[in-house]
Amino acid sequence: MTVVQIREEQDIVRARTTAKEAARELGFGLVDQTRISTAVSELARNIFLYAGEGEVHIEELNNHHGIRVSFIDHGPGIEDVDLAMKDGWSSVRAMGKGLPGAKRLSDRMEIHTETGEGTTVTIEKWLSPSSKLRIAPSPKPRGGPSLT
Amino acid sequence: MGLQEPESKDGRRAESLTMLGISSIPILKLRDFLIVSIQIDLHDRMAEQLQQDILEQISQTQAKGVLIDISALEMVDSFIGRTLADTARMASTLDAEIVIVGMQPAVAITLVELGLSLGGVKTALNLDEGYELLQQTLEEKASEGQTSEEALAEEADDGGSD
Repeated sequence: MTVVQIREEQDIVRARTTAKEAARELGFGLVDQTRISTAVSELARNIFLYAGEGEVHIEELNNHHGIRVSFIDHGPGIEDVDLAMKDGWSSVRAMGKGLPGAKRLSDRMEIHTETGEGTTVTIEKWLSPSSKLRIAPSPKPRGGPSLT
Repeated sequence: MGLQEPESKDGRRAESLTMLGISSIPILKLRDFLIVSIQIDLHDRMAEQLQQDILEQISQTQAKGVLIDISALEMVDSFIGRTLADTARMASTLDAEIVIVGMQPAVAITLVELGLSLGGVKTALNLDEGYELLQQTLEEKASEGQTSEEALAEEADDGGSD
């Protein structure tokens, strides 16, 4: 598991770069790598904006099944999760795309939050059977096919 | 599998440049146009700084158009997307058109899934097409400008005959 501390703004870039690299190593194609790094960017920014600091945990799911990224903070918590999941809703300078956007980019998202205690958001992205087949013969370092 | 944290050379370089107060993204002037190529992973403050730099350069050089090349951007999240869209809107209030060129297909897919529309922002596949689009837009603007001037003149005439 890789841990990226979020304390300042540049750490958002570190978190998404690290997650993208991990996704590439696991065999995700370029579009999925981009989905993962974008979701991580949104959720790491949420830590920075709402809680000030926290941690991003990046880990491989069992059996090369995919990737799991957890965003842990001890900030104020989310009072109304349903509201926070609505597109366009934001309590600070964000666009309100963070949570709903990250959910759409992931295969699974879970939120544990308690007012005054903090928030843990976990997302998962699964390797599709086709991408597993693709990397099975040779675990090549460059991931999936390039789209460019 | 060991997930190693990659060294973000660019991030660190950009960080030190930002601390020095130097904008790390060059803005080139070519005749009436400005050309900006974003070659590094933008953190939020750099995106805001770039927005400010572009608007200042438009005002200083009286550029009519700006081409922003994002072909090296591997990711556009809601913050960068919004900053780019805002910059385009702000530029148009300074009478300059912005065209964003070279978005990677993976980035385009992700932006739509994220739910971000770069509404009203002109985009083109590459620098060549972006240049064409910019020229075309400016020509249209010029002819519209003439038409509205003529209309104003006619109105003034009408007003005079009353």
